[in-house]
Amino acid sequence: MATSPALPSPARTGGRFGKYLGIGPFVFFVSTDIPPLAAMIETLYDGFPIADASAAHFADFHVGVNRVPGLRSIVRRQAVFDIDGVRPFFPLATGQALMMLEGGLNWTIAENTSFCLVIHAGVVERDGQAIVLPAPSGGGKSTLTAGLVHRGWRLLSDELALLSLEDGMLSALARPIALKNESIDVIRRAAPNSWMTPPMPHIEGGNVIYLKPPADSVARVNERAAPAFVVAPRYQRDVPGALAEPKSKPDAFKELAEGTYRFSLYGRRGFETLAGLVDRSQCYDVVFSDLDAAIEACDRITRSPRHR
Amino acid sequence: MAARDHQAEQLLRAVLAAPDKLGKLSERDWDLLLRQARASALVGRLAHVIEQYGLVDVVPATVWRHLAGEQRFAQRLAHDVRQEVERVAEPLRQAGVGVVLLKGAAYVMDDLPPAQGRNFSDIDILVPRADVAVAERFLKIAGWRSKELDRWDERFYRAWMHEVPPLIHRVRESVVDLHHTIVPQTARIRLDARLLLEAARPAALDPTIKVLAPADMVLHAATHLFNEGEFDRGLRDLADLDLLLRHFGQTPGFWSMLLRRADQLDLRQPAWYLLRYTARFLGTPVPAETLRQAMRFAPAMPSVMDRLFAAALTPPHPSCRGMQAHLALMMLYSRAHHLRLPLHLLIPHLLRKSFKRGAGVTQVDQPGVPNLNR
Repeated sequence: MATSPALPSPARTGGRFGKYLGIGPFVFFVSTDIPPLAAMIETLYDGFPIADASAAHFADFHVGVNRVPGLRSIVRRQAVFDIDGVRPFFPLATGQALMMLEGGLNWTIAENTSFCLVIHAGVVERDGQAIVLPAPSGGGKSTLTAGLVHRGWRLLSDELALLSLEDGMLSALARPIALKNESIDVIRRAAPNSWMTPPMPHIEGGNVIYLKPPADSVARVNERAAPAFVVAPRYQRDVPGALAEPKSKPDAFKELAEGTYRFSLYGRRGFETLAGLVDRSQCYDVVFSDLDAAIEACDRITRSPRHR
Repeated sequence: MAARDHQAEQLLRAVLAAPDKLGKLSERDWDLLLRQARASALVGRLAHVIEQYGLVDVVPATVWRHLAGEQRFAQRLAHDVRQEVERVAEPLRQAGVGVVLLKGAAYVMDDLPPAQGRNFSDIDILVPRADVAVAERFLKIAGWRSKELDRWDERFYRAWMHEVPPLIHRVRESVVDLHHTIVPQTARIRLDARLLLEAARPAALDPTIKVLAPADMVLHAATHLFNEGEFDRGLRDLADLDLLLRHFGQTPGFWSMLLRRADQLDLRQPAWYLLRYTARFLGTPVPAETLRQAMRFAPAMPSVMDRLFAAALTPPHPSCRGMQAHLALMMLYSRAHHLRLPLHLLIPHLLRKSFKRGAGVTQVDQPGVPNLNR
């Protein structure tokens, strides 16, 4: 774990930006030769525990987003994600370098973590109780996560839930939240004071921005949370406000298991850990067209007396 | 960049050869060791070695959680392989075809040391040539299907290689490679697979399934490693061989049998590479007498091959693979093709491969949320 004191100056060596970032349970060494990306990392990851690139440090992962060299770069400037010489993605335009980095960090965590379960889900916490929000991308998970976070919930993650195999607690990442298309304006209205990147074209069409995580969530990134609720959100234009329906535990388990990376490799231990989470949690489906109504639904769910 | 740091380059190999070195590693060394092990698919193996030597206490907790996790994954995979082998064996039993397992699946079913901490992909089986057709038919009835191939690839497998195109289970997606010999039919080495089948023995965990005799098993893995053109898993395969030699080497008569079989099976050069490089890079205790006798198997230019393999049998990680290594890998790649295919077949084959690559057939993910369906 990065325990070195935060250094005030950006760590640049030979025109390259490189920094050790303590992101929840992981230490990443992140480097880039693209100055605008370096600036965005400095802003978005401001407040994360850091260390100088020159320090002899252990990092769980060394990742980089760098310009693609060669003749083609004269015609088209491209950036590519790299982890120890492996490049899991096609290059993108340098203007999309941040998306490359964020997608690369997700990929790295999902593909290389074996000591806890990695679930495709958002996680927020209040008063020691965490909501796990499993959902496919584009279903309103990030929007609801961002909305809750700006109503006093602490951000653990908008994309990846990390569930301990030892004690079933959730670890935080508190990384920037990716918002697409209409949700950009929705969140800009809901959280007018938060900092977001300028929009960049998303690979699946439309635009994406990255929302800076709240300082409090970042400061508490090493604080874990106990799961208490599973809320599967789904954006649906034609529902009035938001509808919360109790969800059966087997359904919740199935949805979470399908969203767990390499679930079968964890064997019985993985199964029992996830079953433990579902067992301890009240589970709901929340279908919504209006963010405020969805946030209120979550408030009602989490404030009502517990029924087991 | 400055000259490659020799010590850093050798780190993983040095640790595998002498695990006691782990006690002296700095935080920076651990960082590099984990990266090299990841690139080499040896994280789970490293965990196993560390446990064997009772060195868990010297591993920083931040590193050990990765090692232990991958080791648990490997155990789970080995468990899955055992199950899947039984599912493959059943239809073949019905077909009256004897099953001889090769490589990873054989290590698991014979409960051999290289099964520990290893990842597994395909299940490789060797059947008598006359039984290939019936074996393929019964496997297809049981749910395995061949990938759709164009006529060229189909011919590549059936007429030139030593296996039928990979069979993939339609539900579980397990891959079975059905071989009728262990070297391509077009290869310079001529090998009588009947000798291997005759010497095959019951597997420790299921005596109805067979595995190759110890010397044959080692020679097969060595032939695979040293005559292949790709070395992304080169160090992993060398580490497997090291464990096999340490294990079988304790049986009286093994080393002389190994040399005798290398003669009989016409696998002399792979045997030389095997003994030389396991001893040199991983400190395998090969008896001096065996090394001396194996000198008669040496290739024409041993010092050239030494340099090439010294570069190829490293972790495929940027800390180990500079310009020189890439050159060595290219030369070994063309050597492998030269060993496998005569020139009049090789040239059209390579031309075609390069055209297909140019058409952008390779599939890579898009960044974003990682794909779950893989």
